[in-house]
Amino acid sequence: MNATAALDGRAPISRPRVGLFVTCLVDIIRPTVGFAAVKLLEEAGCKVVVPSQTCCGQPAYNAGDRATAKDLAKQAIEAFEDCDYVVAPSGSCGGMLATHYPELFAGEPDMAAKAGRFANKTHELVSFLVDVLGVEKVAARYDGTVAYHDSCAGLRELGVKTQPRRLLASVEGLRLVELEEAETCCGFGGMFAAKYGELSNAIVSRKSEDIRKTAADTVLAGDLGCLMNMAGKLQREGSPVKARHVAEVLAGMADGPAIGESQKGPKQ
Amino acid sequence: MSAVATTSKFKENAHEALTDARLQGALVHARNFSVRRAEAAARLPEFEALRDSARAVKDHTLAHLDLYLEAYERKVIESGGQVHYAQDAEEARRIIIELCRSLGAKSVTKGKSMISEEIGLNQALEAAGIEAVETDLGEYIIQLRGETPSHIIAPAIHVTKHDVEQDFRKAHRDLPPNRDLSEPEQLLAEARGVLRAKFLAADVGVTGANFLVAETGTSIIVTNEGNGDLTQILPKAHIVIASIEKIVPTLEDAAQLLRVLARSATGQDASVYTTLSTGPRRLGDPDGPSAYHVVILDNGRSSMLGGEFEDMLRCIRCGACMNHCPVYQAIGGHAYGWVYPGPMGAVLTPSLIGVAEGGQLPNASTFCGRCEEVCPVRIPLPKMMRHWREREFERHLSPAPFRYGLGLWAFFARRPMLYRFATDLAARAMHLAGRGKGRFSWAPLAGGWTQYRDLAAPETTTFQSQWRAKSGAVK
Repeated sequence: MNATAALDGRAPISRPRVGLFVTCLVDIIRPTVGFAAVKLLEEAGCKVVVPSQTCCGQPAYNAGDRATAKDLAKQAIEAFEDCDYVVAPSGSCGGMLATHYPELFAGEPDMAAKAGRFANKTHELVSFLVDVLGVEKVAARYDGTVAYHDSCAGLRELGVKTQPRRLLASVEGLRLVELEEAETCCGFGGMFAAKYGELSNAIVSRKSEDIRKTAADTVLAGDLGCLMNMAGKLQREGSPVKARHVAEVLAGMADGPAIGESQKGPKQ
Repeated sequence: MSAVATTSKFKENAHEALTDARLQGALVHARNFSVRRAEAAARLPEFEALRDSARAVKDHTLAHLDLYLEAYERKVIESGGQVHYAQDAEEARRIIIELCRSLGAKSVTKGKSMISEEIGLNQALEAAGIEAVETDLGEYIIQLRGETPSHIIAPAIHVTKHDVEQDFRKAHRDLPPNRDLSEPEQLLAEARGVLRAKFLAADVGVTGANFLVAETGTSIIVTNEGNGDLTQILPKAHIVIASIEKIVPTLEDAAQLLRVLARSATGQDASVYTTLSTGPRRLGDPDGPSAYHVVILDNGRSSMLGGEFEDMLRCIRCGACMNHCPVYQAIGGHAYGWVYPGPMGAVLTPSLIGVAEGGQLPNASTFCGRCEEVCPVRIPLPKMMRHWREREFERHLSPAPFRYGLGLWAFFARRPMLYRFATDLAARAMHLAGRGKGRFSWAPLAGGWTQYRDLAAPETTTFQSQWRAKSGAVK
């Protein structure tokens, strides 16, 4: 839906004003991903703005607290009113904005229409670069063997599958290997990981086993939640595999510490 | 409700399942289903279109369910059978036991039926002094073990072949100790031999139904062992037990659904046996029962019509959702604590036994969406699990600390300036606390996370504060 919607409806915008929806986790835990997203968008010819923002409301929505989810949705829709596009470095938050917002306001025609327009201009970062802006390659280098995990919401709600692989193929020095179960959930699931910690652990243990089997030295994904889950498990198991957001690698900003790694360099 | 539920202890059940090495070994095999389904779907170019028409058939039927139920009943009567409506499990059991008694039945053979599990039929028959013999191999195995099915189409998927050999050696007294029972085929042959005598001795055969066809009054079952045929043909009476949503308008509709059923379930193009039965034996028929009864169970389903859970009534019980579910794959079916496991169970169980008992199930999902992706009738399972969470939240059934935490977070999230300030402060504090390693192996209020994995520490300050500092913007 998102792939062509933006191109169909209107004339191409020469320098689109893109509002970065940075997402709570990137905002708080890993700003590098936000700056990588800005770099990628600017290099692709966008004017990037960062409206004051909080959370997309997904934790409330998935906890059954519809009222809070709606309030936060309204807040986000207003904050990005003057943007041509809204782009999130996350399929999960992106899916909330682009598929669940309209559902939230079903039965409220005015808000539903607003949410629909907002949804139509909203995209996950990598699919936005490829499908909307037509980016075919990036100028980046990453020396390593990389496995890409398809985060669930990006994959199933937004159709993010081939786009990151296409851009990764253009990264110099990078060798991409496929996980046996790339499309199987990592067990994160937001609050699920804490509420059903033992179950979540069983699922992520299977994921880390899959990662180990590929002999990749780095696991990439498009969602920080999944990445923190996988990184946390790999580190607890003593694995040297690094976890990074795909945007860091695509933007050539992967020289700092990987997720959960020491600022002072890799742990011995 | 009837079958005893332990659904409210889901977490404890899941813990047991995760620490049961034997079960974990057995569950690895369950993953093969998803591979075979993908291959079957890929072999059939019109598979996606078939899923759409399967959904349309079910939606149409549900919109006119009363009409089709009446039409079906008329056709059953025309063909010489009888239809009995049961509002709940208790009434269904009573009807079946009365039928068995009126037929002077001492022994009942059974085809695989989840409705029979739902109403607890076997226990009721035994209590009435009637022997109940499961004839599906998987069901037979778990009956010997005194267990319930852990999967709706593969009831004994939690059992290894070695377990089965031991069960047979214990239960089949005449079995020579030196007989080789190491392979599944040998186990099947052994069960067949024992069951053959049971088939011949049975007075009544009870089967479920995959579909009830309104156009003809026909019930359809699919099996891979042919046990259903012997169950319904050999005894003097055949009782079909099915729930209201099993109705489809025509044979053509049933054929559409059959085309997605086996492919979604096991990856077979079709089950080995697809058996149609219409009324009792007619003059000139070479075989068949002399009496034919259908017990149609509601048990709470009609209250789902017209509401936000109606889509669940499209379910054709293929099991694809559980085969593809990371939670089911990790713990198997018994942990769900009632008859229906996996994503379909997570939606259906609270509907049928109440959200107070079944409310944990719709919460125990990562919302990965794979169930909906593979559902042959496109049931939006995550969406309906979320509906349950909404009801629990409204009724204050979700745990208090969780509600307070969510409320506190929402307070900040609704106030962008305050949120930016608070998150930046939190990021700085956590960054300092985690500076040495870049992550935490323990963190307050995050035990569910840090018990099993490390938690990444914030890099420095928030993105928003860095961005603002950079661009010098004060908005």
